[in-house]
Amino acid sequence: MAQTPVAEGVFTWPADDPQLIGSRCAACGITTFPTQDSCPRCAATEMEEQLLGRRGRLWAWTTQDFPPPSPPYAGPTGKDFVPFGVGYVELPGEVKVETRLTVSDPADLESGMEMELVLVPFRTDDEGNEVVTFAFRPVA
Amino acid sequence: MDVAIIGTGLHPFGRFPGVSAIEMGAVAIRHALADAGVEWRDVEFAFAGSYEVDNPDAVVALMGLTGIPFTDVYNGCATAASALAMAASTIRLGDHRLGIAIGMDKHLPGAFTSDPRLYACPSWYGELGHFITTKFFGMKINKYMDDHGISHETLARVAAKNYRNGSRNENAFRRKPLSEEEILGSPMLNYPLTQYMFCAPDEGAAAVVVCAAEDAPRYTDTPIYLRTTTVRTRRLGAFEVHSPWLPVEQTEGPTVDASRAAFDTAGIGPEDVDVIQLQDTDAGAEVIHLAENGFCRDGDQEALVADGALEIDGTLPVNTDGGLIANGEPIGASGLRQVHELALQLRGRAGERQVPGSPKVGYAQLYGAPGTAGVSILST
Repeated sequence: MAQTPVAEGVFTWPADDPQLIGSRCAACGITTFPTQDSCPRCAATEMEEQLLGRRGRLWAWTTQDFPPPSPPYAGPTGKDFVPFGVGYVELPGEVKVETRLTVSDPADLESGMEMELVLVPFRTDDEGNEVVTFAFRPVA
Repeated sequence: MDVAIIGTGLHPFGRFPGVSAIEMGAVAIRHALADAGVEWRDVEFAFAGSYEVDNPDAVVALMGLTGIPFTDVYNGCATAASALAMAASTIRLGDHRLGIAIGMDKHLPGAFTSDPRLYACPSWYGELGHFITTKFFGMKINKYMDDHGISHETLARVAAKNYRNGSRNENAFRRKPLSEEEILGSPMLNYPLTQYMFCAPDEGAAAVVVCAAEDAPRYTDTPIYLRTTTVRTRRLGAFEVHSPWLPVEQTEGPTVDASRAAFDTAGIGPEDVDVIQLQDTDAGAEVIHLAENGFCRDGDQEALVADGALEIDGTLPVNTDGGLIANGEPIGASGLRQVHELALQLRGRAGERQVPGSPKVGYAQLYGAPGTAGVSILST
């Protein structure tokens, strides 16, 4: 099955070690994710692309135990829905990224645990491609 | 020019098949006018808030087309606070002497959603299932419980208290008391928040008649003074709903900013407040908001809730009408429902849910997407 990213420009693709694509303000240095054309801190309009680190620590988390309203949610619903974890991972010195987590059992999740970026299957599109998205998994 | 509240009215909150939001708005207006002892033709201006109704000023078709300046307002979960703030400003500026703030809504059941691009979020954020408010509240309270030692039982006690208060409120949506066991045992929606810990979008309307304070004794023996309504939005670094990312450095949220500014403007401190309305989108939000609004330190809620401090006869009565958990959230009306309840309490008309000891100062807080908070302080 062919794979396709959930959107262009969110993470490097294809890549053996994918990275999230953020942006950095040339004027004040703040990092954003995803990229944006202007700075949310100083309003400058010169932003540079910045590839983000692949490891960080879990800052906040919860579980998504019911299918989000669709649209906009495009993933499996009904009996095909599988609960997933969601949280913010703090990438040191860069940014906290909101992300799907590969585990959803509260017993397996703890604030401060080390996490790393992976790509995971999300859904199958109308052309039969496997849509992949970024997620973070606990570092074993 | 100071501002007085001389009348408030509600259309009950809940689900009302076949009744439009506009019709509910008219019912709330008629109750508020009757409470104030004035007629619609006496109303010099209006602000009306709604999420679902593009032009709530259409209510004039049911009330009378008097040609008044009538402004429609939408400002997320702080819509009602914004309508009230602008109504108060109109009086303070001396433009008019008597007007009305109105809120009405009629939502479908289920969590709120929208097109993420309308909130400056990318489409993929919604496709992945992140564009939903409930999981933000799950994350926020889960982190707060870790950081400040709040237990699951405390969340259940807060929700049970609000259902219990709602059972004493004939206008509430959910009037059946639920036990802490039933609340903890209901389906998990976003850990640690279960179904019965959340409020639900529903239907309803509320209205508040305001006038120049010096005119108030003409209309009522029990005027309530609106000391301030203050609205703030998130600053960079606040932990907010619909945020695909956050900066590493955290700052305090809009509720903290609005609360501090409101206390400052009113010249009143948290210790002076006798009855409190907090945005309890979920039981965890009430716990966090108690500290964010200055009524306790982070973590103190565990003992306060266990000791019954948040009950109607406690030292910090919160959500005496059942809050959002028992009333649901018709966005445009929710904040005016809070003011209605505070006015009843301060006027000693809250019946079997009356806070004892003749409360003199009331406090109401709204918070929600996309990171907006509103605080109103009322006094006798």
